[in-house]
Amino acid sequence: MTKRQLWQRFIEHLDVPLLIGIGLLMLVSLLVLHSADNAGWGRPMSQVLNIVVAFTCMWLIANLPLHYLMRTAVPIYVLGMVLLIGVALFGEISHGARRWLNLGVATIQPSELMKIGVPLMMAWYFEKNEATLTMKNYVVAALLLLVPVALIARQPDLGTAILISASGFYVLFLAGLSWKVIGGMFVTALASAPVLWSMLHDYQRHRILMLLDPSQDALGKGYHTIQGMIAVGSGGILGKGYLEGTQTHLDFLPERTTDFIFAVYSEEFGLLGNLILLAIFLFVIGRGFIITANASTYFTRLMAGSITLTFATYAFVNMGMVSGILPVVGVPLPLVSYGGTSMLTLLLGFGMLMSIETHKKLVKS
Amino acid sequence: MSKHVELKNHQREIFYFRLRLAISIGFVLTLFGILLVRFIYLQVVRHDYYQTLAESNRISVVPIVPNRGLILDRNGVVMAHNYSGYTLEVTPNKTKGLEATIDELSTLVEITPRDRKRFKKLLAERRNFETLMIRNKLTDEEVARFAAQQYRFPGVEIKARLFRDYPYGDKTAHLIGYIGRINQTDVEQLEENEQAANYRGSDYIGKTGLEQSYEDELHGTTGVEQVEVDSGGRAVRMLSRSSPVSGNTLVLSVDAKLQEIAFQAFGNYRGALIAIDPSNGEVLAFVSKPGYDPSLFIDGIDLQTWDELNNSPDKPMVNRAVNGAYPPGSTFKPYMALGALTLGKRRPEQTIFDPGYFTFGNHTFRDDKKGGHGSVDMYKSIVESCDTYYYTLANDMGIDNISNFMRQFGFGQRTGIDIEGESEGVLPSQEWKRKRFKKPELQKWYAGETISIGIGQGYNAYTPIQLAQAVATLANNGVMYRPHLVRHITDTRTGEKTLIEPKSLRTIPLRQEDIDVIKRAMIGVNKEGTGAAAFAGAGYVSAGKTGTAQVYSLKGEKYSEGHVKQELRDHALFIAFAPADQPKIALAVLVENGGFGAATAAPIARKVLDYYLLGKVPQPLPDDAAKEGDGND
Repeated sequence: MTKRQLWQRFIEHLDVPLLIGIGLLMLVSLLVLHSADNAGWGRPMSQVLNIVVAFTCMWLIANLPLHYLMRTAVPIYVLGMVLLIGVALFGEISHGARRWLNLGVATIQPSELMKIGVPLMMAWYFEKNEATLTMKNYVVAALLLLVPVALIARQPDLGTAILISASGFYVLFLAGLSWKVIGGMFVTALASAPVLWSMLHDYQRHRILMLLDPSQDALGKGYHTIQGMIAVGSGGILGKGYLEGTQTHLDFLPERTTDFIFAVYSEEFGLLGNLILLAIFLFVIGRGFIITANASTYFTRLMAGSITLTFATYAFVNMGMVSGILPVVGVPLPLVSYGGTSMLTLLLGFGMLMSIETHKKLVKS
Repeated sequence: MSKHVELKNHQREIFYFRLRLAISIGFVLTLFGILLVRFIYLQVVRHDYYQTLAESNRISVVPIVPNRGLILDRNGVVMAHNYSGYTLEVTPNKTKGLEATIDELSTLVEITPRDRKRFKKLLAERRNFETLMIRNKLTDEEVARFAAQQYRFPGVEIKARLFRDYPYGDKTAHLIGYIGRINQTDVEQLEENEQAANYRGSDYIGKTGLEQSYEDELHGTTGVEQVEVDSGGRAVRMLSRSSPVSGNTLVLSVDAKLQEIAFQAFGNYRGALIAIDPSNGEVLAFVSKPGYDPSLFIDGIDLQTWDELNNSPDKPMVNRAVNGAYPPGSTFKPYMALGALTLGKRRPEQTIFDPGYFTFGNHTFRDDKKGGHGSVDMYKSIVESCDTYYYTLANDMGIDNISNFMRQFGFGQRTGIDIEGESEGVLPSQEWKRKRFKKPELQKWYAGETISIGIGQGYNAYTPIQLAQAVATLANNGVMYRPHLVRHITDTRTGEKTLIEPKSLRTIPLRQEDIDVIKRAMIGVNKEGTGAAAFAGAGYVSAGKTGTAQVYSLKGEKYSEGHVKQELRDHALFIAFAPADQPKIALAVLVENGGFGAATAAPIARKVLDYYLLGKVPQPLPDDAAKEGDGND
C-alpha cells in the first residue's frame, strides 16, 4: 500500500465539507479559549487533547458501516438506562445535583451517553417497525424518550433533559408524527407547565424568572446573564479586538471557557464575528441537512436529521442564553466550549453523519 | 405489482420526509434569525448602554487622600503635623472567620479591648471592600513579628498611614482642636456643601478648634487614580492619575512658647487667657485650661474616657476662652469710667465720698473696703478699685447709656474670631431684659439693677475673648480689630502666602484725652494699686486692672476665702496691656475660683508680658508672687 493509498483509506469515510465546518469551529474554540484563559495556553492545549481524542472516535464511527451502527443502538440505550438508574440510586452529589457515577476507575455522567443513545434507540425502533407504523409505535418511541428524560430531569439536569427531549422529538417529528399529535403535545405542554413549574427546584425557577428581569438579582442569580449581555452588547459591531475584551480579561464573565465562551467571542469580535460564527454553524447544519436528505434508509434519515437538528438546537440555546433571551441552563456552545465530554458526544454524532454519507452507496449497491 | 406499490410508497415517504426536513430547515433559520435580531439589538441598538456598563465595570476610581496641612505658630514652630505609622488592617470579607482571625492576631500583636471595640464600630459603618484598622502605631518589632506570620492571615495586612500629631497636646487642645473620623452628620454636611466628592477616601475631618474652622484649607484636594479592576475589585493596572494636593499650611499669629508659658502659669487653676496684638487683632496666646489630650479623639475615643472627660468637674471639654461667659467684675470699671468721660457724666478730678457703702432705696450696696475709700476721684477709683464710685456712676449714667457705650467695645457680641463655638455673653439693657424673660413682671428693668452693673456684676456676662478684644481696643485708642488666630495661609503647591488682613471693625468715637486718663489710671493700678504686687520690678510700663467676679452671693456676709469651698470661690480676672505708651500686647486673664484677681490672675499676666516683651522665661512654678491683696481689687 502506497502512502497515497493509505491517506485515501484514512479520509475515505470522512465528509470534507463537514470536516471544514467542524475544523473552523474548533479553530474558533482554540482562539477564544486562549483569550478566555487570559492569553494563556493551558485551556487551548487541553482542548487540543479533547479534540484529538474526539476526532479519533469520530473517525472510528465514520468508518463503521451502518448495519454495525444500528446494532449498537440497543446496547448503548440499555447501558445508558442502567447507568441512569445507577446514578439515581448511588450517584455522587456534586454542586447540588446527582449526575455522576463513580465506577472506581472513572467518574462518568451517563446523561451524556444518552444524548446519542436516545435518538439512536428511537431511530432503530422506527426502522424495525418501518413497514407497519401505527400510533402505538409512536407511543412506544415516546416512552423510550420520556423515561430517560424523566431520570435526567430528576438529577436535576434541566438543560440536558430538555436537549434530549428535543433530539427525541426531532426523531418523532421526522418519523412522521401526525400534525394533530404535535398540536396536541403542544397544548398538553402548555397545560402541564404549571405542574412542571411546581416540580422544579428553586434555583431552576430562579433561573427562569431571571430571564424576565435579570437585574432584580444582579449579583446573585442574574449575574451570569447580565455580565454576558454586557459583554455581547459592549462588543458592538466590530468588537473590542482579539484579547481586548475587558469583561473577559477583568474576570467579570463567569464560566467563560465553558458555557459563556460565546460572550468572550462576541465581545472581542462583535456583530461581524457573530455573523461569521452563525454562518459557520449554518454551513455545518446545512451540510447535515444535505446528508439527511440524501440518506438512504429510514434509520439513517431519522438519525442524521436528529443529530443535525440537535446540533442546531445546542448552538441556539447556548447563544440565546448568553445573549439573554433564554434562561441559563448550562448548555455548552457546540465544538467551541471547553470540555472533553461534549466534544466527544458531538463528534460521535458527526462520525455517524459521515458514516451515513459515506456508506450509503454501499447500502444501495 | 406489489413491488411497484412499495416503490411508490417509498417515493411518497421520501417526499413527506423531505417536506418535514424543509420545515426543520425553516425552524433552524427562524431560530438563527432570532439570534441575529438579538445580536443587532444588543450590539448596535443598545451598544452605548452596554459599553457604559462595561466601562463602569472595568474602571474604578480610587481616591488618593491628600496630606493634611500643617499648623505652625508665628515663628514656624509646628503645632499640628502628620507622621507616618504602621497600622494593622483587616479586609473582613477576605478573612477566614473574623473573630478567629482577630483572636489569632492578638497572639502576635497586642490588641486591646479598646482596639476591638473600635474595630467593631468601624465594621458597623464600613463600606464595601474596605480595609479596616484593627491596631495602629505598631512597633517595629510587632511589624516584624506579623510579617513573618503574614501567610497565615489572608485578608490582613500592614499599611503605612499618616497620623495627626499635636506636639503641644493639652496646651493647645482648645486652640488647635482635633480631627476625628467622619461621621454621619459630617457626611450630610459635606453633601450639603457639595464637598462629598473631595472627601472620597478621607477618613478624618476637623472636629473642633482650628482643625474645624480651617477644614477647607487644611484638607487639600483629593487625587484620583483610575484603575482597571476585575470583578473582585482588585486593581489590575493603572490608567490615569491626578495627584492629590496637600492641604495648605496655616501659620498662626499665636506664639507657641507664649502659649506654653501662659498655660503653665495657671498652675492647677482652671481658666482662660487671651493675648492679642492690639494693633491688628492677631491673637498671640489662646489658652483654655484644663485642656485634654487631643490624640484621644483621632481614632475614636472609647466610652469610658469620653465619660471621664465629660463628667469631670473641671469640664476640660469646655473652651473657656470663647464659650465661657463670666461677669467681668472690676475689669469693667475702666470702661465705665471712659463712658462717663465720653458722655460727660464725670470729670476726672471730680470726687465722691465713699463711706464704704451706697444706699439706693432701701438696699445697701457694700464696698469691699471696710470704712470706705474716703474721697475718691476717677484715678483713685480705678487704682484702688472703689465700688462706691461706680455704684453712683452707674446710677447717674443709667442702664441704656451704659449698654450703648459698652456695645461699642464688643461686650455681649461675638468677636468673630476664627474658631467656632463662640458665646454671645450678656450685655444687659432694658431691651435685653424684655427679650430674655417671658413673664411681664420680670421684663421690667429696675433702676436698682443698674447699680451692680457698674462694678461688672449683675447680669453682666462676657467671654474672655470679648474681654481681651475690649482691652486691646482700649489699648489701641478705640480702633477695634477682629481677633484672629491665623496670620497667613501658605499654599502647598505654589508656596504663595495669603495674608489674613487685619480686619478693622470700627473706630470708637472717643476723645484721646479721655483715653489717656483711663490709661494713666490703669498704669497706676500696676504701679501703686491692686496690680502693683504682681508687677513689682517689671522692666516695662504696663497698664492693668484686676477684677473679682462673684460666683456665689454671700448676702451681705463678709467674704472669707478660707470658709468657702473652692468651687464657690470668686473668679479672678485681670486685663492688661503693655508697654503702656505703645501697646504691643493686650490680654485678659480669667482664673476660675481663683479668688482675688490681684492674687491669682495678675501674676499670670505678668509672666506672659515678661516673656513677650523681655523674653523672660519664668522659673518653674513661681506662684509665690502677690499672695497678699488688700481685700479689694
